[in-house]
Amino acid sequence: MFIIGELINGMYQDIAKAIKDKDKSVIQKRALEQIKAGADALDINCGPASKDALNDMPWLIDAIQEVTDKPLSLDSSRPKVIEAGLKIAKNKVIINSTTADEEKLGILVPLAKQYNTKLIGLTISAKGIPQNKDQRLELAAGIVAACVDSGFPPEDLYLDPIVLPVNVAQAQMRDIIDSIHEFKLISEPAPKTIVGLSNVSQGTCVRSIVNRVFLTMAIAYGLDAAILDPLDKDLMDAAITAELILNKHIYCDSYLDAYRKK
Amino acid sequence: MEVALEKWQQGVSLVCIGATIEDGGTRSRAVKVGGQKALPFLFTEGAIPYKPVIAWEVWDIAPNDWPKDLSLQFKDVFADPIAWAKKAAFEYKAELLALRLAGAHPDFGNKSPEDEAKLISQLLKAVSIPLIILGSGDDTKDNLILPACCEAAKGERCLIGSAVQDNYKTIAAACLADGHNIIAESPIDVNIAKQLNILISDMGLPLERIVINPTIGALGYGLEYAYSIMERARLAALCGDKTLACPFIALVGQEAWRAKEAKADTKEQGIAWEILTAASLIQAGADILVMRHPAAIEKVNKYIEELMRPECS
Repeated sequence: MFIIGELINGMYQDIAKAIKDKDKSVIQKRALEQIKAGADALDINCGPASKDALNDMPWLIDAIQEVTDKPLSLDSSRPKVIEAGLKIAKNKVIINSTTADEEKLGILVPLAKQYNTKLIGLTISAKGIPQNKDQRLELAAGIVAACVDSGFPPEDLYLDPIVLPVNVAQAQMRDIIDSIHEFKLISEPAPKTIVGLSNVSQGTCVRSIVNRVFLTMAIAYGLDAAILDPLDKDLMDAAITAELILNKHIYCDSYLDAYRKK
Repeated sequence: MEVALEKWQQGVSLVCIGATIEDGGTRSRAVKVGGQKALPFLFTEGAIPYKPVIAWEVWDIAPNDWPKDLSLQFKDVFADPIAWAKKAAFEYKAELLALRLAGAHPDFGNKSPEDEAKLISQLLKAVSIPLIILGSGDDTKDNLILPACCEAAKGERCLIGSAVQDNYKTIAAACLADGHNIIAESPIDVNIAKQLNILISDMGLPLERIVINPTIGALGYGLEYAYSIMERARLAALCGDKTLACPFIALVGQEAWRAKEAKADTKEQGIAWEILTAASLIQAGADILVMRHPAAIEKVNKYIEELMRPECS
């Protein structure tokens, strides 16, 4: 399981303040905490409060690269912000994200290819959020086709089925999980799959258990990666155990510690 | 047609046995094992920097259960482990020695830690090849003799064994204190192999100084089971599991010569048993083979030499 830690996000007040004050230590501490907890990569999002994401993104990358060489997921809906980050990133990069819209694909797929990065593709378009599995698959196929046409390898693409809050779109949960399995059938080699996990529990009063169970089910359906809070120990333990049950790691009595040491 | 090659994430760790003068020891050369980034002998899939190596088994007492033809090979030196070690090193050009301290076992001589430490010191002076030191098999006694031997060989970077799940702390601490590598032994059980490596590394001895003894069975005595355990561990290692990414040591001689077929009257059969057991385990990924009969060792060395020519793969 490829875990992308979600906690460096200007949506959180302490991170927003650190960005504003240019206080590297807060950012670096949060980066290292997540890695210690088992994160394989770190998401970086300047957040809604950032007035100057074009400069804040490179500053965040710089601060994080001082303390780790783990891959960085550059998280912005604005291609210009991602490009500003790509220019100074020394660590491996995941572009987070393109939608299925031609305009975005036309900019971000060539950038991903040029900078040799991974790319997250959201199965969403200007027309809105997909309402069922077929719409998700159609959008996913469009993203894969755009990648193949540009010579970007599908195995470096992470397709996101768009996880909706369970209290809003309960009827879609089954389709979302099925999509994770069916995305893998679109091409050979298969694209990878990813979810932004926390959205599933948005607005519920028992977020941790909702996240945990959804993630476990998604892993059983072949999920490759997730953007989540790695400091939620129960969540990480559930993910590690789910993969253990799928025979992806060899059991030993200390398998939870062993995974975190990897 | 395009050949589909596996892309492995990680390699087996490299373990160096024996410290030369530059490294603070007195060995004439070091033996390196591990470092592979592919399954055995698939040179096109990744680097295989070091060949499997045979360690000649030497005992501190005359073995009483070795079959006749095997005993004949060393009868002249059975009474003198130093002469035995020299015979292996000089007459047979051994690259590595495995000294079995069988005589320390309470039932077979009960030699004292001081006696065994003295033997180690003398042996290190008599031969200059790297050394593996194996305990008597009695946990309580090994916890006394192995630390004494570790100290006597301080700085020589030996390989010491065996640590087991219920008895690893004393041996690991001694290896840590005196700069040796450790053998972590599990009973043909990949889960315990992994757990023991974690326990040992938690004590501060790095994973890069551990050699796994997966425990093997000879041909006809569970060889396939040992093979599959080694294969599973090696695949996990290549896929990124650091806790299993250690080289393997296989006690081939010990297991092969226990087989009743090896004790048969025809002298070739025992040799063949040892050769076939070794050859199979080499294919499973064995890095160090502890062997006994000179004729078997000669054949297996030749086999290794042929396998290590990439054009054969």
